[in-house]
Amino acid sequence: MVEFASTPYRVRAPLRVVDGFGRSTLAACRFLEPRSVEELAGIMGQAQSEGISVAFRGAGRSYGDASINSRGLVIDATGLNRLLDWNPTTGVLEAEAGLTIEGLWRRTIEDGYWPTVVPGTMRPTLGGCVSMNIHGKNNFRVGPFGDHVLELDLITPGGDRLTLSRSQNSELFHAVIGGLGMLGAVTRVKLKLKKVESGNLRVESISARNLDEMFDVFEQRLPDRADYLVGWVDCFAKGKGLGRGQVHAAHYLHAGEDPMGAEGFHVERQGLPGTILGIPKSELWRIMRLFSNKPLWGLINKAKYHSSWREHGKSYLQSHVAFAFLLDYVPNWRLAYGPGGFIQYQVFVPKETARETMKDVLNLCHQAKMPSFLGVFKRHRPDPFLLTHALDGWSMAMDFPVTPKTRNALWALTERLSERVIAGGGKFYFAKDSVLRAGDVEQSYGRDKVERFLAIKQQLDPTNMLSSDLWQRALAPLAKPQPPSQLFGRAAE
Amino acid sequence: MKAKLSKVVVVGASSGMGEAMARQLAAAGADVAIVARRQNELERLAGERPGKLRPYVHDATNVDEVPELFERIERDMGPVDGLIYAAGVMPSIQESEYAFEKDRSMVMVNLLGAMAWMNQAAARFEAARGGTILGISSIAGERGRRGNPAYCTTKAALTTYLESLRNRCSRYGVNVVTIKPGFVDTAMTRGLKGLFWLISAEKAAKTSLALARKGKSVVAFVPSRWALVAFVVRNLPSFIFRKLNF
Repeated sequence: MVEFASTPYRVRAPLRVVDGFGRSTLAACRFLEPRSVEELAGIMGQAQSEGISVAFRGAGRSYGDASINSRGLVIDATGLNRLLDWNPTTGVLEAEAGLTIEGLWRRTIEDGYWPTVVPGTMRPTLGGCVSMNIHGKNNFRVGPFGDHVLELDLITPGGDRLTLSRSQNSELFHAVIGGLGMLGAVTRVKLKLKKVESGNLRVESISARNLDEMFDVFEQRLPDRADYLVGWVDCFAKGKGLGRGQVHAAHYLHAGEDPMGAEGFHVERQGLPGTILGIPKSELWRIMRLFSNKPLWGLINKAKYHSSWREHGKSYLQSHVAFAFLLDYVPNWRLAYGPGGFIQYQVFVPKETARETMKDVLNLCHQAKMPSFLGVFKRHRPDPFLLTHALDGWSMAMDFPVTPKTRNALWALTERLSERVIAGGGKFYFAKDSVLRAGDVEQSYGRDKVERFLAIKQQLDPTNMLSSDLWQRALAPLAKPQPPSQLFGRAAE
Repeated sequence: MKAKLSKVVVVGASSGMGEAMARQLAAAGADVAIVARRQNELERLAGERPGKLRPYVHDATNVDEVPELFERIERDMGPVDGLIYAAGVMPSIQESEYAFEKDRSMVMVNLLGAMAWMNQAAARFEAARGGTILGISSIAGERGRRGNPAYCTTKAALTTYLESLRNRCSRYGVNVVTIKPGFVDTAMTRGLKGLFWLISAEKAAKTSLALARKGKSVVAFVPSRWALVAFVVRNLPSFIFRKLNF
């Protein structure tokens, strides 16, 4: 066997075609899969000495180009997935960064603990959740993932090993969380979980005739009437029905409220449905793909909206998994969008301007004749992280299919949407981004925040070893001009 | 869909079919990176269309150079949409000669070099959802002849490799073309006895490029009548085949 450590990666590292979860962005990258933190540190050291650029990749669930590094090196961290410590008395867990949310809850649910913040899929790694500072349907109540991280270990591009927390390297702690993996490799995450008294949630369904009603439904429940709130929006509806949809509000149960009792904590009770509408779910994406065109998808949205009224005002029990991980119901659903894939685009708007801005966003899509195939509506709150996407306001996530024909028009639409959102004081979310220009980022995140982040990066990573296609597109152009980089995979600009 | 072939790398471009294809591509307006071992031959060819034919000196046996050379070419020309691997050697093997060094050189140039370049191209083309990979294999790969075991082996292997690559990448819009020439009038065949149906390198190149431009992944004998010979050769029983001298 060839001894890898002694041969240059620029020559010998295997290539891999790496895509974003939306499949509309992909690139050939050098690709390595370390099995231990020591191996990861060795790879970083050698990449530094070779002058090769590096991006980290977890489960590849970012929709755009956050874990893609054209021609450079992508380090897949999913092999670093050991659970290091779990204390069911305190609810504190320590794990390597490649452990997934799935690996985590399967270990803790039977002890009565659930991760306080989870994304809409259980596949992401802890490292990915930290680097994107992901949020859940309870962002308005408990903040983002980072708010529940107690401590992190970081390997910097210079090879230093740091432990970060609110009391130790606090500024860096708040920059690495949400830092897109651009400040170092997160190798260990210490996380506080939530004690739950039941394996189930009580879920209430409320239909909304338009966007104003949807805002109202949320606002009535925001003070204390829900632990999770998520709205589905039929983005095809126009006029009086603009922004109509269905809200799901979920509540934790107290001991005694769950007829299933402690039984509900069992992993087997935390399943996802095996078939949907009688179709084996592993094949469902093939059926969905047949419907993946504008008229049929519009009909599906319409049917979903009207049938939502049958559930209106009713409530039922649902397991944590079934409520939280809607995106995992249909395996490979991302393939349903066809060979061109799709982009997801999520806008965040402060509460003061949200109603008008969100309506304008939906209307701009209609004007371009490109309604989003799926709309998801959430409430957020500010948090202390440097590059945070959250604010005191609302977000709408939208899925747009991409084809060679529509690509340019779609990008032009997102430019108009971004301008409108920025005018409303809004922001965007890098995990869902394929389209933002550096100027958009500077205006929405704020020049001072971006400059501070760039300064921290310059200090920790003066050679700009850490890079990704997202970084090159949306943030690197905002850095003060540096001497021409000799870094590999960068010179083709 | 027709293949574009607007920015093409031709490996083995200093003579024979590679040279002819590079020249014809440049004449059709493409930017062509011409890659070969002999600098003076490359410069002579590049001089015919400066700017369109760009010379890169590279020995196909030096597989470790390929990743960085491919990157250099893309820095110079932009993203490549075609790779033609035309490098090949066929040292003469005498009766009763068993020469490992000759065998090794054929495996290195005819096969390993092709794999080194095609890995780079296939990954890029899959990501770009398009591109053309053309490999010059040979009718010699249809059967193990007594004349040159290693040459037949490398060409059979290259044919199989290209087939796998086609099955792997065509679903992503990548066009993989296997060309199996018969006798072509090049330095490789000069002086050989018993040649027939000999065509010029220019003619062979023109036919091959026309097939590649169709954009349909294809395996083709050039000229096509060699398919008949191949059919017969493939189906001759071994007890007859081993008594033949060709």
